[in-house]
Amino acid sequence: MTEQEIKIGVYVCDCGTNIAGVVNVPEVVEFAKGLRGVAVAREYKYMCSSPGQDMIKKDVRELGLNRIVVASCSPHLHEATFRTAVEEAGGNPFLSHMVNIREQASWVTSDKHEATEKAKALVAAGVARIVHHTPLERRKVPVRDEILIIGGGIAGIQAALTASDAGKQVYLVEKEPSIGGHMAKFDKTFPTLDCSACILTPKMTTVKNRHNIKLLSYSDVTKVDGYVGNFKVTVRRRPRYVDEEKCVGCYECIEKCVYKEARFPSEFDLGLGKRKPIYIPFPQAIPQVATIDPNTCIEFKTHNCKKTCVAACGDRNAIDFDQKEQIVELDVGTVIVATGHKIFDASKMSNYGYGKYPEVYNALEMERMFSPSGPTGGEVVNRNGRKPKAVGIIHCVGSRDENYNTYCSKVCCMYSLKMAHLVKERTGADVYNFYIDIRTPGKSYEEFYQRLLGEGVNFIRGKVAEVTEVAESTEEGKKLVIVAEDTLLGTIRRIPVDMVILSVGLEPQPDKEDVRRLLNMACSSEGFFMEKHPKLAPVATITDGIYIAGTCQGPKDIPESVAQGEAAAAGAIALTSKGFLTLEPNLAYIEEELCSGCQVCIALCPYTAIALDKEKKVAVINDVLCKGCGVCVAACPSGAARQKLFEYDQIMAEISGVLTI
Amino acid sequence: MTSERFEPRIVAFVCNWCTYIAADAAGTARARYSPNVRLIRLMCSGRVDPQFVMSAFEKGADGVMICGCHPRDCHYNEGNYKTLRRYLLLKKMLSQLGFEDERLRLEWISASEPEKFRRAVEEMTEHVRKLGPVKENGGK
Repeated sequence: MTEQEIKIGVYVCDCGTNIAGVVNVPEVVEFAKGLRGVAVAREYKYMCSSPGQDMIKKDVRELGLNRIVVASCSPHLHEATFRTAVEEAGGNPFLSHMVNIREQASWVTSDKHEATEKAKALVAAGVARIVHHTPLERRKVPVRDEILIIGGGIAGIQAALTASDAGKQVYLVEKEPSIGGHMAKFDKTFPTLDCSACILTPKMTTVKNRHNIKLLSYSDVTKVDGYVGNFKVTVRRRPRYVDEEKCVGCYECIEKCVYKEARFPSEFDLGLGKRKPIYIPFPQAIPQVATIDPNTCIEFKTHNCKKTCVAACGDRNAIDFDQKEQIVELDVGTVIVATGHKIFDASKMSNYGYGKYPEVYNALEMERMFSPSGPTGGEVVNRNGRKPKAVGIIHCVGSRDENYNTYCSKVCCMYSLKMAHLVKERTGADVYNFYIDIRTPGKSYEEFYQRLLGEGVNFIRGKVAEVTEVAESTEEGKKLVIVAEDTLLGTIRRIPVDMVILSVGLEPQPDKEDVRRLLNMACSSEGFFMEKHPKLAPVATITDGIYIAGTCQGPKDIPESVAQGEAAAAGAIALTSKGFLTLEPNLAYIEEELCSGCQVCIALCPYTAIALDKEKKVAVINDVLCKGCGVCVAACPSGAARQKLFEYDQIMAEISGVLTI
Repeated sequence: MTSERFEPRIVAFVCNWCTYIAADAAGTARARYSPNVRLIRLMCSGRVDPQFVMSAFEKGADGVMICGCHPRDCHYNEGNYKTLRRYLLLKKMLSQLGFEDERLRLEWISASEPEKFRRAVEEMTEHVRKLGPVKENGGK
């Protein structure tokens, strides 16, 4: 196409007042009209709306435009929208380009004149660049429809069941001996006070029974290669020293263990309960298979145990002290990350006495205490076995706090209310909730709060300064005293209690960085995995084919985690249901006539996608392996390596463009 | 804005996966920063051809930034390491040509660091403003 034939349409979006409130859009339009190759420039209120897109389509058809520049928001939001519009009008989608004058100009520049000048420079760059665009074809690649789900908490379980319902092969990888996650540790769920195990266990059992869900518990994902639709995943299965296929979960080995009493802290009960070296973490565990902890098992420590467990297992022969870790390779099309959260470590706030006073518990420990299958059989008692007469619940521990996490952990108000109810129900104790604000948005949540107010639970508005055993009166003797300013009364309150519950917030998992790197995701500043768009793509990530669900994305409650699990599964299914995918054409390629065969590019490619054609003595790029980073292109001394959509002349034109003003 | 104050023009080459997203997030957060820096989006900071940098100076830029994912975080595994190598050579070359080598700045800015992006833009603008315009023949 010669330059005379280039007809560019420039469309400058008001984005309501988002852009037009700061940038003088008519001035930008006038400026665009004066740029070389521009046949038409228009302003519109919302370019992404149907009428906005129709405007482009109409101009393409009627004015014969062959290049489109849209100056609006980030291409991460609407690049696809405008490419599709151009395509629907009969043009090549890659003859369009987006210029970001919202996130990069109107939203970040206070001065209207400066914002307008910057917008003009960016538009000039877009127009200069688009001249050098050429029609491109999208690549079509076949996709697999198997789904890998990392994390077997409620979000991962729900995703697995949804995908399984759709007939997809699912691999569910869980690092713990059992699936269930945090929800399995809870006794009751708010606001309905449903029994957590009663609603979760059937789902866990279904996971186990589905022929198209392969559960890989006690395992970690160690490597993910490939690309959307064609990931190659390596899973490490840690040895549990019990053959999963042979174990029937009869508990006989556990009963017959040489340790007559359970004496090692149970991870599942957060150390409040004890387990033996061979154990099943909780009665409803899935898989219902014993696990041996080599750090406490005498056979592993001395090789001289009587091995009563082996005798108890008998013909089933499930115990295998020589079991080795196994590496499993999986081919999947999509990955759902549902790795959950950890709770805030309350010992960081020394003024609350966690770890110092045995009567101070974190909320998850309390959940285990409430559980009928937990360490106290559901009784609310202190470590000394006594029932508390007064209990303090401190909200926002580690949350909404400049020193720790500034964000609200969202679920703590509701679970604190639930705990207040349960404590009162089971002990009749006086319960004091210390809160900053009570936040109960959600269906039937505010009603639950109102119910608690009617139950005689005390609410004191104020951030707790400290929990101390230093008594100032006889009434306070041998008690823990919660000191807080009651901001509604404007006085300092000292409330003596027998038990303190810390409503700890939710934090990202400690291995978040490893998981993020493994899957090429991003984390937001608090460390939760970042969604592709906070409003419109809440379970997708910046990497195609990778989805997130549950609390790994941010604090949320069970129904929200379930909804995200389903949403992520639906996303994964939708992506792969056609059997093929179209991928961006932005790959590197070699202009053979210019290539001298120097092979500089070959060594630089991170994907070993480049090889030397020995006959022609030129480099050849493998389309399937190339991911389009452009590292080879920048290094090629002869300009033979090129990249579609990021061509040398396109970028050079863009540089000139941004510097016109 | 006073007419006497020197307003440098700065070109920033940013990668699609980390810094461009940080810039978007800075926008969403309505972070305020000076308008002197103009972004050019590439898939990876490893796509930054040294010629782009030299060309930007030639075309009138007073400063150039290259921004990408942190080491170990590159979307393409190791593109940013190549960037680092080229950056160090470019710095050397710029000073040999008589430029103040601070006119070229490398920043690792992840998607979760909109505030770092804002700060980097502000610092670079202030710094180049102090350096003044690029002098004829690169300052010699």
